[in-house]
Amino acid sequence: MSENTLTTPKPFDWSSPEAAAMRKRRYAADRRLRLYGLASIVTAIGLLGILITSLIITGHTAFVQTHVAVEFTADPENVPADDPASGNFRAVVATAVQKLFPEADSPAELRVASGILSNGTPNIVRDYVTANPGLVGQTFTLKVPASDPYDQLNKGVIDRDLPEDRRRVSDTEIALFETLEARGLVTTPFNWGLFVNSDSRFPELAGLAGAIAGSFYALLVCFVISFPLGIAAAIYLEEFAPRNRWTDLVEVNINNLAAVPSIVFGLLGLAVFIQIFGLPRSAPLVGGLVLSLMTLPTMIIVTRAALKSIPPSIREAALGIGASKHEVILHHVLPLAIPGILTGTIIGLAQALGETAPLLLIGMNAFLTSPPGGIMDPATALPTQIFIWADSPERGFVSRTSAAILVLLGFLIFMNAFAIFLRQRFERRW
Amino acid sequence: MNMLTDAAIENALDKTPAREAVKMRGSDVRVFYGEKQALFDVNLDIGENQVTALIGPSGCGKSTFLRCLNRMNDTIDICRVTGDITLDGEDIYNPRIDVVELRARVGMVFQKPNPFPKSIYENVAYGPRIHGLASAKNDMDAIVETSLQKAGLFNEVKDRLHEPGTGLSGGQQQRLCIARAIAVSPEVILMDEPCSALDPIATAKVEELIDELRENYTIVIVTHSMQQAARVSQRTAMFHLGNLVEVGPTDKMFTNPEDKRTQDYITGRFG
Amino acid sequence: MTGYLFLAILALSLVAFYVGRSTASRFVASHGAEVHSRPLYHGAFAAVWVGVPALILVVLWLLSQDGLIDRLILASLPASVTEGVSASRLSLYLSEIKNVASGRIFSEPSPEILAAAERYQRWQAIAGWAMVVVALAVSAIALYLARIRMAPKFRARQSFERALDIAMITSAVVAILVTIGIIVSLTYEALQFFRLVPPQEFFFGLNWEPQIAIREDQVAGTGAFGAVPVFTGTLLIAAIALVVAVPIGLLSALYLVEFASERFRGIVKPILEILAGVPTVVYGFFAVLTVAPAIREAGSLVGLSISPNSALAAGGVMGIMILPFISSLSDDALRAVPQSMRDGSFAMGATRAETITRVLLPAALPGIVGGVLLAASRAIGETMIVVMAAGLTATLTANPLDGVTTVTVQIVTLLIGDTSFDNPKTLSAFALGLVLFVSTLCLNVLALRIVRRYREKYE
Repeated sequence: MSENTLTTPKPFDWSSPEAAAMRKRRYAADRRLRLYGLASIVTAIGLLGILITSLIITGHTAFVQTHVAVEFTADPENVPADDPASGNFRAVVATAVQKLFPEADSPAELRVASGILSNGTPNIVRDYVTANPGLVGQTFTLKVPASDPYDQLNKGVIDRDLPEDRRRVSDTEIALFETLEARGLVTTPFNWGLFVNSDSRFPELAGLAGAIAGSFYALLVCFVISFPLGIAAAIYLEEFAPRNRWTDLVEVNINNLAAVPSIVFGLLGLAVFIQIFGLPRSAPLVGGLVLSLMTLPTMIIVTRAALKSIPPSIREAALGIGASKHEVILHHVLPLAIPGILTGTIIGLAQALGETAPLLLIGMNAFLTSPPGGIMDPATALPTQIFIWADSPERGFVSRTSAAILVLLGFLIFMNAFAIFLRQRFERRW
Repeated sequence: MNMLTDAAIENALDKTPAREAVKMRGSDVRVFYGEKQALFDVNLDIGENQVTALIGPSGCGKSTFLRCLNRMNDTIDICRVTGDITLDGEDIYNPRIDVVELRARVGMVFQKPNPFPKSIYENVAYGPRIHGLASAKNDMDAIVETSLQKAGLFNEVKDRLHEPGTGLSGGQQQRLCIARAIAVSPEVILMDEPCSALDPIATAKVEELIDELRENYTIVIVTHSMQQAARVSQRTAMFHLGNLVEVGPTDKMFTNPEDKRTQDYITGRFG
Repeated sequence: MTGYLFLAILALSLVAFYVGRSTASRFVASHGAEVHSRPLYHGAFAAVWVGVPALILVVLWLLSQDGLIDRLILASLPASVTEGVSASRLSLYLSEIKNVASGRIFSEPSPEILAAAERYQRWQAIAGWAMVVVALAVSAIALYLARIRMAPKFRARQSFERALDIAMITSAVVAILVTIGIIVSLTYEALQFFRLVPPQEFFFGLNWEPQIAIREDQVAGTGAFGAVPVFTGTLLIAAIALVVAVPIGLLSALYLVEFASERFRGIVKPILEILAGVPTVVYGFFAVLTVAPAIREAGSLVGLSISPNSALAAGGVMGIMILPFISSLSDDALRAVPQSMRDGSFAMGATRAETITRVLLPAALPGIVGGVLLAASRAIGETMIVVMAAGLTATLTANPLDGVTTVTVQIVTLLIGDTSFDNPKTLSAFALGLVLFVSTLCLNVLALRIVRRYREKYE
């Protein structure tokens, strides 16, 4: 094969043992790389799995709440019939506890016993009696939440078999609680309080209602501002803007804005909306404004992508029959692009829902025991509520935090699933 | 151009099919892309140290057949090949055959020049490096120089061996790809319309090169150009709709084809 | 009341629409084809004229009213009260006045305050009514002007479309205004800070103790604003994150693009994208709840004492967070390499691994580097993970087992709670924010430019 004048390299013997060994090494390297790749994917998915499992393990207990059925007597001596709300419900609760444990006689024992019920019990009884004034002078049974240590004990988070000095509940306390269990007074129903209560210093009473309302108002403001602005800016940039240095600058600016750290938007909100405009701190209005500025670049980018996907033939057809450029866009292009825009909008709002840092800076991490009534009232948001609970020292807040995260993830999954549904239902391939 | 055409005619005249030994042989080759069948029972021999041209209208399966010869179709997930293809009498689809070795022995040049985004030197050295053909730097230099010389490119690029290969002109890039292919001393070189992206002058150079390479290598070339097939090949195979219509010495195919379809195609009735 | 005003303006605008449309319809009846625009556009034109100026006016009014009244109230306080009083004292007066005005009286207020509260209430009411009157007047005048301009030959469509153009351009300009707003507000506050603390101390000082006493009775340090340990802490955590995320992300992308079947890819890619959709506060809690204790446990097994808020825990979890970015950007970069490169390499007899390491990775390198830079910028600017899992004290160390603090942690801790804009503690947060903004901006511009160049190369 080499009668060539050039110095042809000696033909390679593919069947030699060296060649075989070489091939083996090369294939081994190939398998190694494949293995590394697979291992990376398994690691990534495994980490996601650990994340979700650890949240479910710690969080699932917060979806139920230990309740104790207690007989209260709204003695007219303590509760005036004409104004039940002003009654001395501490005394009512104390009497009820005494009745619950007839054998407990020392004040110390009674103190331990009343610790079983949530600290908020007097308020719960007051609200109940205020709502049913006819109960004054009557005896009635009410299921009240057990306080956090007993809740944990009942759910098995606190191990009864541990030596006494290594758990938070003493033997006496367990004994008291077990008498209640034996009398069938302890129940563990679904924890509606998690969704209807607002924040509280007591884990057994803390709920997400305020945070959910706050997030809702903030997202509403965010949507109302960023949706029209985003669409208008995107239509201009995609359909009308001349290609020159100015529009290039706008383009670069939008791309960069999308990558600016979210906390910087918080600083902007603090310096401009609160400091200069004097808007109230902690208000969903300010939160929504900040989130809308953050979402705006995303909104513009997805809208432009949706507009781009409409084939030029549609525009040409409409222009051809004498429609003005504005009419073409309003009547033809925009309606066709709406599903894509909505999908992008929902995904943008989902991002905004999970955003925490800028909301911290504008004060949406206040401790508030009632839900906001509007966009100007102080409020928290779901992610900031998670942050507050994660920072709380009480043990019970660990599972509350995980539960709150599961609720937040639930909202996010719902929003993304809805976006996917929209895309699949309405998306057209051209 | 004239000179070339004359040379091609001369070629065609003194060519005797009997001279060839069979280098590769395809028998009953069928190719499926998913449900769709792209090749129907193709039987074709490739003679050693010959240029075999595969012609036919677009989508007739000639490129598909070419890609079967070094198992490039393996890289397409949905592609399935049945029948036998042998190289020196050995079935290349036999599981014992190593595809890495096969592709080193059956090189390939593509339609569009596809130099790697590396220097000219590294482009040519790529094959020898991965196959471990040269241990010392001197050996590698020698291989690179020889290959570039064989590809007729050395004099044009010898001063800029370490500049990127993507900076060359289209024709130079294609010759670089040929140099890259011959750097591993293959026995067969497959060329998939190697000149379709080149201008006429670059085409002439590549055709000249193909003619020179014939001495040492077996070449299979897919081409759209009848003139090119006539100029560079000794045998021509005509494909149509996934079937091998006719195969024979190039001069006979172009002067006296047996099949009506070949005649129509060559005279430009369809294509 | 404001809500009703908005509704009223909208209603007026709707009325204007019908007035405009019916006027134009009459033109059509009398002049026929001479009428330039369809009645619809006359209506839209009138509606825009009536609604938009009034709405803009109300928004501007609302934005400026409170600040203006606050300033007037302070100015109206007798000199005996305000003379020689600090700005924070004044703002205390102001909130007391507002409390009194809204009926929340805690202690016996002084007569000056009571008088001011009464003024405050009165002025608020006046301002509110004035706004309503002015807004409605503007609407009415606009309706009149619009009606005058309407004529059969009037080009209502062009006028309406011009209004649309202005609205669209304004929206596009908002995006720029946001950037300008960020730059101006950060720079302004940072300059205030550098007036109190010299820049050389901030950029080169090695000691960071910003907790200064705001009131005399507070216990706090004397204050030191050398930000170097904060910067190094940020870089340390970001580096740990990249060390975790780059190999895993890149290798997963390699596997998905080059080895995996279409089906496998279709299942795994969305799962990796879930990681990108998890809010960062969740990662922060994950770091505190699971990762940090696990690392401590592991450390104590081999006899290492690891800080409970070690850089390793925060950085590692941040690595999980940026992993999907790296993997999806590398994925894009690898897929952008033309198939002909792969073909060329396979045709030479290269194995997949050789094709990947010797051809595809070098070819995709710019895209991958761009992706890593974007991820680095994200890691530097990430807040919640570090706020929850990293430390508060600024230590100058490169040991990943120690606790370090970051720029974003400091910004959050400095600005949570009492914020008054006249002490270096608050202002230093803006200086840090400026540094953060500028550095991430540089990274982003660089990364986007590299990625864009790279795309153009293969398009």
